[in-house]
Amino acid sequence: MTKNLQWKLLAIVAVVALSALAIYPPEERIRLGLDLEGGVHMVLRVQTDDALQLETETASEQLSEQLSLQGIELTSAVAVDPVTIQIEGVPPERDAEFRQMAEDQLSLSYERESGVSGSYTYRMRSPVESSLRDESVRQALQTIERRVNELGVAEPIVAPYSVGGDQILVQLPGVSDVARAKEIIRSTALLELKIVEDGPAASQELLLQTRNGVLPPDMEVVTGASNMLTGGAPETVYYLVRRVAAVTGRDLRNARPTLDEFNQPAVSFSLNREGARKFGEVTSQNIGRSLAVLLDGRVETAPTIEGRISDEGQISGTFTQQEAADLGLILRSGALPASLTYLEERTIGPTLGADSVRAGVIASVSGLVVVAIFMLVYYRLSGINAIVAVGMNLLILMGFMAYLGAVLTLPGIAGLILTIGIGVDSNVLIFERIKEELRAGKRVKAAVGAGFDRVFLTIVDTHIASLIAAAFLFQFGSGPIRGFATTLAIGLVSNVFTAVFVSRTLFEAVLLRRRTATLSI
Amino acid sequence: MAFFSEEPNFDFIGKRWYAVAVSMVIIVIGVVAIVARGGLPLGIDFSGGTLMVLEFEQPMPEESVRDALAALDEKVVQQYGDSGGGVLIRLPQAGPEQGASLEQGAEQVIEILEGSGLGTFEVISRELVGPIIGQELQRRGISAFVFAMAGILIYVGLRFRFSFGVGAIVAVVHDILITLSLLTLFGIDLSLNVVAAMLTITGYSVNDSIVVFDRVRENLRLMRRDKFDHLVNKSINQTLARTIITSGTTGFAVLALSLFGGEVLRGFSITMLIGIFSGTYSTIFIATSTAIAITQRRTAARSQSSAVQEREPKRSQESPRSGARRPQRAQRSKRNGRKARAS
Repeated sequence: MTKNLQWKLLAIVAVVALSALAIYPPEERIRLGLDLEGGVHMVLRVQTDDALQLETETASEQLSEQLSLQGIELTSAVAVDPVTIQIEGVPPERDAEFRQMAEDQLSLSYERESGVSGSYTYRMRSPVESSLRDESVRQALQTIERRVNELGVAEPIVAPYSVGGDQILVQLPGVSDVARAKEIIRSTALLELKIVEDGPAASQELLLQTRNGVLPPDMEVVTGASNMLTGGAPETVYYLVRRVAAVTGRDLRNARPTLDEFNQPAVSFSLNREGARKFGEVTSQNIGRSLAVLLDGRVETAPTIEGRISDEGQISGTFTQQEAADLGLILRSGALPASLTYLEERTIGPTLGADSVRAGVIASVSGLVVVAIFMLVYYRLSGINAIVAVGMNLLILMGFMAYLGAVLTLPGIAGLILTIGIGVDSNVLIFERIKEELRAGKRVKAAVGAGFDRVFLTIVDTHIASLIAAAFLFQFGSGPIRGFATTLAIGLVSNVFTAVFVSRTLFEAVLLRRRTATLSI
Repeated sequence: MAFFSEEPNFDFIGKRWYAVAVSMVIIVIGVVAIVARGGLPLGIDFSGGTLMVLEFEQPMPEESVRDALAALDEKVVQQYGDSGGGVLIRLPQAGPEQGASLEQGAEQVIEILEGSGLGTFEVISRELVGPIIGQELQRRGISAFVFAMAGILIYVGLRFRFSFGVGAIVAVVHDILITLSLLTLFGIDLSLNVVAAMLTITGYSVNDSIVVFDRVRENLRLMRRDKFDHLVNKSINQTLARTIITSGTTGFAVLALSLFGGEVLRGFSITMLIGIFSGTYSTIFIATSTAIAITQRRTAARSQSSAVQEREPKRSQESPRSGARRPQRAQRSKRNGRKARAS
């Protein structure tokens, strides 16, 4: 019995020591959530349709290019939606040839849906579609990760979010320059270089005047700012550009900030082989015309093509040094094939976070003090037992969280307070039971033993039911609720240990030495 | 020290219909209020929208800010925190999210206030939630609750008896309805934190119910000659001291939270306070009444069965009654009873 008791005490001391070790030093080991530390939380959605659209447009463009080399001219070949190519006006006498070529070019990724009297519809195969979607999400994830890392944020989180498959969670703890961080992440940097057919013009009507106000099907109208070289107040100007980009961000190999010939900040870029081939071809055919550099569909600059450019180019405009550096970073760290949409964005200022921590600590401590005083008054010396058990519970809880690397959030602090409540409840259950046994005329040791034995079952039942609830909270809850569920679950488990095992051992240790007939309870 | 020098003997079960009436009144008022305002008071976490907290350098009455923002529809402007300069502004969801459109409302507010001459301010927090996330959080919240309830029903049903499981769940639903009613009346929006508090209440309420049911289970073995409702009443009284102490201490901890926890935790702590009160009350009256009602209906349905079964609903429920086995089981229970007394 005595030996047994020694082992039990040793186990308790070991657990306390391990927990204390896990927490020490607390500033480093206890990680605060965004709501306490301040920072940015964002949920982004990758517009995977963009990537598909790009793929389909490229495929249809390449097909008509190939056909045209063979002398087969189509009326049109366009991507009518992100996964469908609509082909019109195949000359009837060359139908068989067309089919053969289309088969060669497209059959890997597309299947023919219909083909009547010279018009055909090709649709992307669904495995190709879903792998392209997955790919673009994965690529966006990596890109954002790289950008965030270049921002130099400590312990950022960039992770897939939810079951939808196309959402990304970004958390940047302790970020103070929120605007700049967002600028870098939000810039989707969908880079396109397109040949300018007309413009710039002050309005869309003026732009289309020479074409009788009709927009040709293979062109589109885009906007940009007018102050590129002249300075002064920026005005929106309109350009008529070819719908299909000469080069896109996919073909980009590298980009870095540099200085242009006027010693102004600029961004230079280089293209991969495929991009260089396409770009060389387009630029050599269009010397003297303008080339619009579009970032996310907006013209950044539209320099004139001086000569054939193949693998190296430069974007100059009215950049500040910081803007040029950021644009370089954006382009370098990933030219996203798909743009991003913001679904959720929360910014918590560091002062608010600090206030919450203070409030949470004050609330926890004052709650603890009130409970401690009550336990001492109501249960007298046995109350010390309860306080030790509850305090140890909190220590183990914090230790476990530090060990798991779990983050302490505001609802987590609430979970902490609930843990105090549960710990007190277990002790109350036990003490009330012991009192009852004493009233029934039992001797002290027997009453204590019976109290613990009987209440153990109750505690197991209540705790398992709460654990079931916590498990579902964790499974279905989002960020802050998960923090709560984690805290609660750990608290429940450690409470069984402290309220039953530790408290009982303490009782046994005290009762061992004294042979009293009364118990201070 | 003790609340009761000897075992208390209040007639809770006899008064249960008054309690049910009080609950019904609160819930009906709450439902009327919810219908009158056109649905639950969903916070931006679930409805989508913009929530900003600004801190002005000097004290700022909320009316001035509201007047400055007169051009914006459906905004909510509230004083925030104790500094006097804190203002909370909430805007509804503008439309489907596209690119940076989520930010529009927030930027509009800042632009207007910067031009209004109300003085300098700092944006201390800014939360923008699009409708997609809002719907997803709603869906997640509801499924978390439904699955947690089903899990608890199954667990309590297995460990105790089916009618107890139903009693615990009815009590939880009661608590949720009471809480929703009071939150609506107090004008507190349902945020993620408030939902976390409601789920905590769920756990707390079930915890409470289980403690009483556990005692009923024990008493069913010890006092097999008593009528079921009398036995339940006795169990409630036996655990009353514990119920009061636990609710009291937890209530105090949560009270501390609502007093010192700051603005961010206010919704959470008020919800918890309501829930703790309601949870305790529903354990005493609602959970037990439901269990009794189900048990009595079962007993009534078997009006031809003997008195033994009335007192032993669980055992008759466990397996189809077979006359041959009944005495055996009775013996076993007696043995258990003796053991429990001797321990």
